[in-house]
Amino acid sequence: MGQRRASPCPRAGSPVIESLVKGLLFAVPFVIVAVFWILAARERRAAADPSAKSFLERNGGVMAAFLIVAVGFWAIVMIVLPQLYMVDFSFHPKLPAKDYGGPEDHYTLASYRYFIYGSTEETDSYNIVHLRAFVLTIGASIGVTFFSFWFCYPLAYFMAQSAGPARLRMLMLLLILPFWVNEILRAFAMRIMLGTSGLINNLLVGLGVLAEPIDFLGLDIGMYTGLAYAYLLLMMFPLYNAIESLDRNQIEAARDLGAPWWHIHLNVVMPFAKPGIASGCTMVFMLSAGALAAPQILGGPNSLWFTPIVYDRFYQAFNWPQGSAYALILLLTCIVFVMAVMRVFKVNLGEITR
Amino acid sequence: MSADVELDHVWIRFGPFVAVRDATLRIENGEFFSFLGPSGCGKTTILRTISGFLEPSQGTVRIGGQDMRGIGANRRPTALIFQNLALFPLMTVAENIAYGLRVRGVPRAEQRRKVDELLGLTALRDQGTKRIAELSGGQKQRVAIARALAVEPKVLLLDEPLSALDLKLRQHMRNELRAIQQRVGITFIYITHDQGEALTMSDRIAVMNAGMIEQVGDGQTVFDEPTTAFVASFVGENNPFQGKVVAAHDGRVTVDTPVGRLGGRNPRGLKLGDDAILFVRPDALRLGPGAGGDTLSAVVLNVAFEGTMSHVFLKGPTRKDIIITVGRGESQRLPEQGETASIHYGAAAGLALPAGRLASD
Ligand SMILES: Nc1ncnc2c1ncn2[C@@H]1O[C@H](COP(=O)(O)OP(=O)(O)O)[C@@H](O)[C@H]1O
Ligand SMILES: [Mg+2]
Repeated sequence: MGQRRASPCPRAGSPVIESLVKGLLFAVPFVIVAVFWILAARERRAAADPSAKSFLERNGGVMAAFLIVAVGFWAIVMIVLPQLYMVDFSFHPKLPAKDYGGPEDHYTLASYRYFIYGSTEETDSYNIVHLRAFVLTIGASIGVTFFSFWFCYPLAYFMAQSAGPARLRMLMLLLILPFWVNEILRAFAMRIMLGTSGLINNLLVGLGVLAEPIDFLGLDIGMYTGLAYAYLLLMMFPLYNAIESLDRNQIEAARDLGAPWWHIHLNVVMPFAKPGIASGCTMVFMLSAGALAAPQILGGPNSLWFTPIVYDRFYQAFNWPQGSAYALILLLTCIVFVMAVMRVFKVNLGEITR
Repeated sequence: MSADVELDHVWIRFGPFVAVRDATLRIENGEFFSFLGPSGCGKTTILRTISGFLEPSQGTVRIGGQDMRGIGANRRPTALIFQNLALFPLMTVAENIAYGLRVRGVPRAEQRRKVDELLGLTALRDQGTKRIAELSGGQKQRVAIARALAVEPKVLLLDEPLSALDLKLRQHMRNELRAIQQRVGITFIYITHDQGEALTMSDRIAVMNAGMIEQVGDGQTVFDEPTTAFVASFVGENNPFQGKVVAAHDGRVTVDTPVGRLGGRNPRGLKLGDDAILFVRPDALRLGPGAGGDTLSAVVLNVAFEGTMSHVFLKGPTRKDIIITVGRGESQRLPEQGETASIHYGAAAGLALPAGRLASD
């Protein structure tokens, strides 16, 4: 018993070297800003044109400095560095805070091993609960994304191509206003609506449509509805923007050439709106997979969304390395999945930012 | 089957606004027919009604004798070429042309054959694999025509298709459009605000003003025998002299205008005391005093030499100048600016029509 299958990872160096490395890490943003600065100073809009101004000349010194520092700081300090710390963390064992950097600290795959096998040491059995939650989360997020798309597309199309200005304004307001109410309140409100003795069940039973109330929450219908609703606008606006920029005459031209409505949508509108579709679907998928409030509030008793598990790793199990590892696994899987789908549909990353 | 297009007392309203009022006409199979009128007079609205994107508020549209009410744009034997062409930017030239065939489920080989044929017809050979953005204005024009012809419509509807092109290309495309129409032999209904286009290409022209069809006829008739003041002033340059009829007999009238009493033909049967406008074309006005009574005099404002001809502008009775066109071969002495010149015209050149709105250009 207790024998190690995986060989121990090499230990981190002495505390001196460790702090040196950390210090270097903190210097990285400044180095990058300096590099940006040099690049900006040397950059010419068109090399062939000698009268072209450099980035600094174009924007003026103060503005250029602000842009470089802001972008550098934002990209490095707010995004890259914390993530790097998380990556680093996920390869450490669980230790009391004071022991990090101490003799017990070393690089290890224990947290990842735990995700797959349910133990930091054994590899005999699989961590069914977590793996299942993970796969279900990805699958359900795909489902939520699909639902959200098919729900939003007709509405976005109507708003972008058919609605008059007055109706458009009203629809926009109706879409935006509910999002002034915060997410948690909305989720609880939906819980009240969908509960076994909630408004919808009371109504259906009262009208005699149902003999017994349906457990919407237990069946996770509440959770899916909540998720789809929470990210509605993130699907709506990219779709609306993309469809709105389609020349109405193209739709009419297709119609004039004899196309039935579904053919026009499949072959004229959707290809044109592809960047918007990709953008909306990516956001809804990513955010659903990482959602916390809706699954926690609206999830049924036996549903296990993956994010609450990650959350529990951090705050219930106090196991930051494991939490980091779980979060990273989710993030990487989502990125790989999104990239693969975009590849299949021939959308490049640049397009979806349009 | 014949594909005559008939409008039978067609009215089109947008809310309280009347875009087309009581349009009745018949366009023969194989005809090149133009609607000519200033911007906003309802030309596009009529075309959209024929193509099925709009239903008339009142009245009937018939194609080949069949009432088109309730038949959608995708089921009418018409094809529309949009003012901005509306080509599909994400498809190649060949895919654009084949779109209507693809919709109809035509087999691929047949699609390819048809596309090749149309690429040949529209002088686009070897352009099939290009993207729309890679084409010049004239080529896009031709793709739009080929795409519309691919579905073998009985009637091709063209909404100012040349307006985006530069002058040289526009003139070239006029001839090309006319040639294509003669080759395929189907009805072309063409919309334009450019009288030159209408006159050079069309078998017949309907001149429209503010939702009304004012006159229908071939180019020569519309130009030489306008029946309303609007048509007389819109088709070709014209000099209007407003006044009252003071004598009317034998198909001729005399109109009392601010520049004197002027005589002219009276095709509309104006009577004594009627408000009238007497029109004389710039090339029918001559410098110098005439033998008869139709002479007037006015101050010369400007003389513009334009190569093969010169224009003389004189102070008119209204805001509008009197224009005289003097050909190069004519041995008339050109007057000096500021001089008071006498002008006259031949008895047949004056045309009196009932007073009405003039085209404001
Ligand atoms: N959908 C519409 N709603 C309201 N008014 C319209 C609509 N379409 C056209 N109109 C009006 O009808 C008149 C004729 O328009 P149109 O047929 O496009 O003119 P043209 O093509 O001769 O320039 C214009 O005054 C225009 O504002
Ligand atoms: Mg128009």
